[in-house]
Amino acid sequence: MKRIFLMLRLFASDFKKQKKKITLTVMAIAWGTVSIIMLLSFGEGLRRQIAKGESGMGSGIVVVWGGQTTKPFKGLPPGRRIVMKPEDIDLLRARIPDMEDVGGEYQRWSVDIRYGKKMVGRHCTGVTPSYENIRNHIPQEGGRFINKHDLDEKRRVAFLGSGLAKELFGDQDPIGKQITINRVPFTIIGVMIEKLQMGMYSGPDADRVIIPMTTFGLIFGDTRLDVLIYKPKNPDDSEKVKKEVYRILGGKYKFNPDDERALSMWDTIEQSKTMGDVLFGIQLFLGIIGALTMLVAGVGVANIMYVTVRRRTKEIGLKMALGAKAKYILWEFILEALLIGALGGSFGFLFSGVIIKILKGIPVKGEALQFLGKPVLSTEIALATVGVLAMIAFWAGYFPSKKAAKINPAESLRYE
Amino acid sequence: MPIIKMNGLSKIYKTGKVSVEALRKIDIDIDENEFVAIVGPSGSGKSTLMNIIGCLDTPSTGDYYLDDEEVGRFGSNKLAEVRNRKIGFVFQNFNLLSYATTYENIELPLIFSGMPAKRRKTRTMELLDRVGLAERAAHKPTELSGGEMQRIAIARALANNPAILLADEPTGNLDSVSGGSIIEIFRELHADGATIVMITHDRHIADNIPRVIKLKDGGIVDSLN
Repeated sequence: MKRIFLMLRLFASDFKKQKKKITLTVMAIAWGTVSIIMLLSFGEGLRRQIAKGESGMGSGIVVVWGGQTTKPFKGLPPGRRIVMKPEDIDLLRARIPDMEDVGGEYQRWSVDIRYGKKMVGRHCTGVTPSYENIRNHIPQEGGRFINKHDLDEKRRVAFLGSGLAKELFGDQDPIGKQITINRVPFTIIGVMIEKLQMGMYSGPDADRVIIPMTTFGLIFGDTRLDVLIYKPKNPDDSEKVKKEVYRILGGKYKFNPDDERALSMWDTIEQSKTMGDVLFGIQLFLGIIGALTMLVAGVGVANIMYVTVRRRTKEIGLKMALGAKAKYILWEFILEALLIGALGGSFGFLFSGVIIKILKGIPVKGEALQFLGKPVLSTEIALATVGVLAMIAFWAGYFPSKKAAKINPAESLRYE
Repeated sequence: MPIIKMNGLSKIYKTGKVSVEALRKIDIDIDENEFVAIVGPSGSGKSTLMNIIGCLDTPSTGDYYLDDEEVGRFGSNKLAEVRNRKIGFVFQNFNLLSYATTYENIELPLIFSGMPAKRRKTRTMELLDRVGLAERAAHKPTELSGGEMQRIAIARALANNPAILLADEPTGNLDSVSGGSIIEIFRELHADGATIVMITHDRHIADNIPRVIKLKDGGIVDSLN
């Protein structure tokens, strides 16, 4: 305790003598801290925004289309088209225990959709209730998604994408209103919440109209599944589940389970892992740039410490004469460097906090900026910054301290 | 056994190809409770001898025993310990820390010796009392007179009850009145049983010290008892 008080006093006396230099160095450290924090926080904001955008289509899912065989199988030639049926949804759900849920789509492009005098041509999708969960179609307050009864009774009910709802209804509440799809009247039961969607096929979810699969079959006469979507219980089991899907569908449609091209798959799990690696790389790169800025500030600290050691040579000699060991001298100077680091770091954190707060208050316009996201100062970032700061301050203090500890007391006491 | 025992002690400084023999074949015995003055012209090796006695430097050849320990062969950490416990330094220019109070200056060797805080406090106050400056505990050295500063330095030198007090021209920066009072303190300490080695230029002071060792060109010319 006593040592710390003496040290603070020592620092205060140093400060008076090197006011300008120490102030500038503290500012440099503060700036280094700000750059590390801001770069990492923007990286984190970007990462979270992308994670959010990725999950817009549903997280941990695999989208499957029918493909074409490339291998002969049980006397059948290659080149056959594989087409899935709606029953496959229940088949896969029943046969694969590691499956969380399975869904499917009937699709029709540019379907005639009308409300009052407004008429648009949009993508119409026929789905099962499981679609709500796996494809992330959350209804806005006051509405609901398509359920089992809609499916069983082939009801004429529709769920609107948020963009399409705005287009047709403006500020009105669409729920309970009548629209026509392909000139057939439908009742709106829900509208999807607005969501950030990065991955998509057949256009953004916001521009679609969704109806029960059974009703779709009735109106358009479809019997073949355009898209099948499944979600494994655990994303780590993805490969195992994929093999099962090939095995079961291969058994049913008679293709070699090793024939990858028989089905066409979009594995968002694998993609999101790759994206995670890329984003980690970006974070690391930003962190290194920030750390380099800090390193320059660290050189400033080391410089100050060298001057301090030279100025205090006599004092160091005296302390050694009174019995201070080299270790004591070493730590005294390292602690002083850490103190400068802590001072600059505190200012840096304070300043970064203010910047992030201001940025959060500014409304974001434009799609590019929306994907950039807002800077996020997480605990991990704070810890990483403190770690870099402490390490640089330590080394900035270590080398001058080493010099101080090597001072010969007999010689240093001699000079006036 | 004497407190200080030097046998055939030499110190050679090497700078590049030139080597200078600062001390040559010194034999000194100093017993407990002796008061010894070391005198000699500048360049005679006084400072070198002082540094070796004070364990700030080690001899090139020869033996140096301090309080039965062969300190001439010690490493830097052990020497620091010996300085802390066995030697009390008093310098010509006081060497007090200007940013610390007189109290903290005296406390410094106690901190280095690892004494617990409570005992440190009692001991420091005791020492301030001993040199008659208890009421100056919270003052900075710059607020004291030269004589008072040297008394603080003496209190600091006494902190760990050292085996010897080593004073290097302790009155060199003082006027004759305060210089006289400092010498008086040393006499009292000697009377109380302290062993004192003092380097001095001042003939008047040396004449009143029981034993004088005269150095010239790195050797002992005359050791009066």
